[in-house]
Amino acid sequence: MPGLGTSFGRGGATDYQQDLQNSDVITIMGSNMAENHPVGFQWVMEARERGARVFHIDPRFTRTSAMATDYIRIRAGSDIAFLGGVVNYILQNDLWFEEYVKRYTNAPVIIDERFQDTEDLDGLFSGWDPEKRAYSIESWSYKGMAVHGSGGETEQGFRTKGEQSGHGGHGGGLHHGEPPEEDETLQHRNCVFQILKRHYQRYTPELVAETCGCSVEQFVDYCEAITQSSGRERTGAFCYAVGWTQHTVGVQYIRTAAIIQQLLGNMGRPGGGILALRGHASIQGSTDIPTLFNILPGYLPMPRAEYYGNFDNFMKANISPTGWWGHFKAYWVSLMKAYFGENATEENEWLFEKLPRVDDDNSVYWTTQQMLDGKVKGYLLAGENPAVGNTNSKAHRLALAKLDWLVVRDVVEIESAAFWYDSPEIASGELKTQEIPTEIFFLPAATHTEKDGSFTNTQRLLQWHFAAVEPKQDCRSDLWFYFHLGRLIKQKLADSQEPRDELIKALRWEYPTHSAIQEPDAEAVLAEVSGWEVPTGKFLSAYKELKEDGSTVCGCWIYCGAHADGINQTARRKPHWEQSYVAPEWAWAWPANRRLLYNRASADPDGKPWSERKKFVWWDAEQGKWTGLDTPDFEETKPPDYVPPDGAEAEDAIAGDHPFIMQADGRSWLFVPQGLEDGPLPSHYEPHESPFDNPLYSQRSNPVRLAPERPENRFNDDRYPYVATTYRLTEHHTAGGMSRTVPYLSELQPAMFVEVDPELARLEGLEHGGWATISTARTSIEARVMVTDRLKPIAVEGRKTHQVGLPYHWGSRGLTTGAAANDLAPIALDPNVHIQEVKAFTCAIRPGRRRR
Amino acid sequence: MSVPDGWLAYGDEQQERVGFFTDTSVCIGCKACEVACKEWNLVPEDGLVFTGESYDNTSTLGANSWRHVAFIEQEKPLRLDDEDGEPLRWLMSSDVCKHCTHAACLDVCPTGSLFRTEFGTVVVQEDICNGCGYCVPACPFGVLDKRHIPSLPATTTRVSGSEPQASERPDGRVWKCTLCYDRLKGGHEPACAKACPTDSIQFGPLDELRARADARLEKLQQENWNGVQLYGRDPDDGVGGFGAFFLLLDEPEVYGLPPDPVVTTRDLPGLWAQTALAAGAVVLGVVASFLGGRR
Repeated sequence: MPGLGTSFGRGGATDYQQDLQNSDVITIMGSNMAENHPVGFQWVMEARERGARVFHIDPRFTRTSAMATDYIRIRAGSDIAFLGGVVNYILQNDLWFEEYVKRYTNAPVIIDERFQDTEDLDGLFSGWDPEKRAYSIESWSYKGMAVHGSGGETEQGFRTKGEQSGHGGHGGGLHHGEPPEEDETLQHRNCVFQILKRHYQRYTPELVAETCGCSVEQFVDYCEAITQSSGRERTGAFCYAVGWTQHTVGVQYIRTAAIIQQLLGNMGRPGGGILALRGHASIQGSTDIPTLFNILPGYLPMPRAEYYGNFDNFMKANISPTGWWGHFKAYWVSLMKAYFGENATEENEWLFEKLPRVDDDNSVYWTTQQMLDGKVKGYLLAGENPAVGNTNSKAHRLALAKLDWLVVRDVVEIESAAFWYDSPEIASGELKTQEIPTEIFFLPAATHTEKDGSFTNTQRLLQWHFAAVEPKQDCRSDLWFYFHLGRLIKQKLADSQEPRDELIKALRWEYPTHSAIQEPDAEAVLAEVSGWEVPTGKFLSAYKELKEDGSTVCGCWIYCGAHADGINQTARRKPHWEQSYVAPEWAWAWPANRRLLYNRASADPDGKPWSERKKFVWWDAEQGKWTGLDTPDFEETKPPDYVPPDGAEAEDAIAGDHPFIMQADGRSWLFVPQGLEDGPLPSHYEPHESPFDNPLYSQRSNPVRLAPERPENRFNDDRYPYVATTYRLTEHHTAGGMSRTVPYLSELQPAMFVEVDPELARLEGLEHGGWATISTARTSIEARVMVTDRLKPIAVEGRKTHQVGLPYHWGSRGLTTGAAANDLAPIALDPNVHIQEVKAFTCAIRPGRRRR
Repeated sequence: MSVPDGWLAYGDEQQERVGFFTDTSVCIGCKACEVACKEWNLVPEDGLVFTGESYDNTSTLGANSWRHVAFIEQEKPLRLDDEDGEPLRWLMSSDVCKHCTHAACLDVCPTGSLFRTEFGTVVVQEDICNGCGYCVPACPFGVLDKRHIPSLPATTTRVSGSEPQASERPDGRVWKCTLCYDRLKGGHEPACAKACPTDSIQFGPLDELRARADARLEKLQQENWNGVQLYGRDPDDGVGGFGAFFLLLDEPEVYGLPPDPVVTTRDLPGLWAQTALAAGAVVLGVVASFLGGRR
């Protein structure tokens, strides 16, 4: 989540859902929260009952819109135009929270004179290299400061990327506490505030209405509502989900909201913040302790093959001189001690030389293309169903059919395991079972009710669950599978003398097991993740205790303390009515059990609450420490008037009135000098496939987007006139493996359907309840027709357009079967995190079933 | 008048009368109530049918659906004073057995399968019901319904892609909401209310729920909600008030509910009296004719 990471310092939801009850206005955009997060949505309802206005801004009128006080219909893919318009409205009308913006954000910082904006270069920022289709970011930096870790300092071309940059962005090159050049009056032509003002000056209410398809009145009403809920007494919150992220410019959608929340002074305060609503039970956990190729636990970067000759250089490139990333080495060494125990020593540089290196992209869509080219032999799929869930699913099925072997671990035989005899391509004859060489191994997995473990939910909360029953037959937990796989591999390599096997031999791989199936003890794993002191075995209680000399073990520094005092803190179950509404004794949240991130900002620069009504964390001068309703997100005893001495390092370089302690300068970033591939400020770009021109720049779409055109991934032309967007329903779970197989869920939504407005139905001859065929350059699918007033044509750039809604849960397996909507969408990706654009692409629609 | 028939007979064992207040103004249409009900009460899935009725594929209450969430799309504003936005709303309402104060189903059941519980609720006993079906037309809401699909063993789990397994015997009995009688006995709230994330379904002592509903109605009226009204709250209505009543955002007919339900056995005593009179007259006539013949 680099949108949040680069803006505030941590790539996680800044708030917890229960806090929404304190909001005076809630914006739900890029999210269908009522349908996809119904349990958390109760707090939105609570806020509404307390008098908050709830805005749902979305292409479709959904169950969320039905519960909102206000609904604004916009065109899919136009959100930055809308939000940029809000930024402009705030700045033009002087509605920003002055004291907050001047003291807590980087608004006063002066940017390098070489910087040129999209306003100057017609949709491009300075540093654009048309050959490489990439930006060189030197000109985006703070004036007079080399960007740390980039361009020539140690290793040419190094750049934090993707999820890594989500966790800090490694600063704007602040060397030893030296503050950047600033203009406190915000008048300097090249200060962030003035750049921001110029950048959004053309995002007028009229342009917003023209581009997004809403009315000027609706837009202004919204702007008035959120600006009136700003300042000392009032706050507003944003909720978003994959409706924002799944675009070729998705990270910048979130950045735009981050700018609004900074200008309105809503970060770190009760009822404020930005809630990133994650899609699965533990998606947050799967980036914290990642299943990603380019990061290690706690957002530490994987070493890359082309850089870092040695350990020292690697450290130099990653240790931020200022802020909490200044302790990078302690986090790193503690992780290596968790992996390798006694085998990792200072002398062997904690086995750095032996670690594998990332040598290429290796993300899922890149790998699929390599498969299509026959360059991948084998594939292990666990908890993924790309034949339904990934964009251009057909390309994924074709790719799987080129493997030598495929292992699928899942609770049911999903489409990705059955594609070789049951798929649209088998039905059409495009693939023939006898010609597919892939040998497929299906390994049945245990469900969450059959194993102990923790979920890390959308608000960074680790909640423990206990096994209710033993898994049946050959079903096994993931923990069981990887533990015994590792054990057997180590056994087989025990006598190996090969250098390549040394690292596996060095792995510490001892966990107690129990029961007849030798299930590893999940709590022992949590204990290692949380960490202990090597000499004493004492459990650690916070990441501040981590050491760089190898005397601490910690499997994920941000989770340090989850097993403090030898107690499973994530299993705590004290209900909120037996404690404060913040409920700090319910489970455990990273980091350090903080529920509301950056909560130093809930107090004014002097450390006093902004108001009695929004009191949360404050400086207690008598006791000489920060206190309040939550764990303060600040050094406990650092006074508000602390000024860093010259040469201060790490957290000592953060001033007492700078609440964003993970940022190198302790401020939130309106302008992001480093950490993003596609620009320091969000600009409106059209989706990769759009029926419209960009009304602002001649550069139509995000110039840095990745859109590999190939026979399996062709792109639409103007024969596909309608805007399509995919979505989920309450009744089903993502790619359907866990819901289309359940009778009680299948009967509630028993068929794949397509939502269209009545006018489009008349235009194309579609009959409610009948069949329609939806087509793109990729393929065609069929679906039942749902004609509904909840969709309406909208006028954009003087033209009427229709939007088509496609739930993506269906596939060829299970009790209810149907076409996969993702078959239609292109592989067109955001450059920062390589996420697919499935929330806005084009399509055609005709009545009748798909011809075979 | 508004005391449930048969409830007072419990004497010392009588419990506080409980019920549901379903506040549709906070229903988000998640259908967790439908699923929780089926899970807890082992109600079978009864067909994968795409109805096209908005997001409602359950369509109606029945032997296999004891909770039913209706979805109504309307081109009406949510609030009367709302002028800016699109006049569009999507009403959602979770329907359930009303557990009437005067329940006709109880009156007509010849086996005693249907009975009034100590909580004032109405329950069918599955081991006594003989499937006669008298209660089906007796219910003014169409809640009572015979199960026609073959019953499945409780332990049946289906393998992906396989056909439903039919058990040895078809069912034919009447099934409906028990207000989770078994859970009440254990001191728990019914499964649907427990699962409801927004407290749209509220469970509790009926008197308390009625007071809460009155306050809620007043608040929403002050906030200018369009069409807000209570349904089944009044103890003087045709069924003596519902044990499970509602706050609706439009007329009951819009949700498929009868506007003025009346206990269908209300007129039976009168009917029987008139029938007896008529029968007596016939007997008199016959007797008279014989008497006359002797003359």
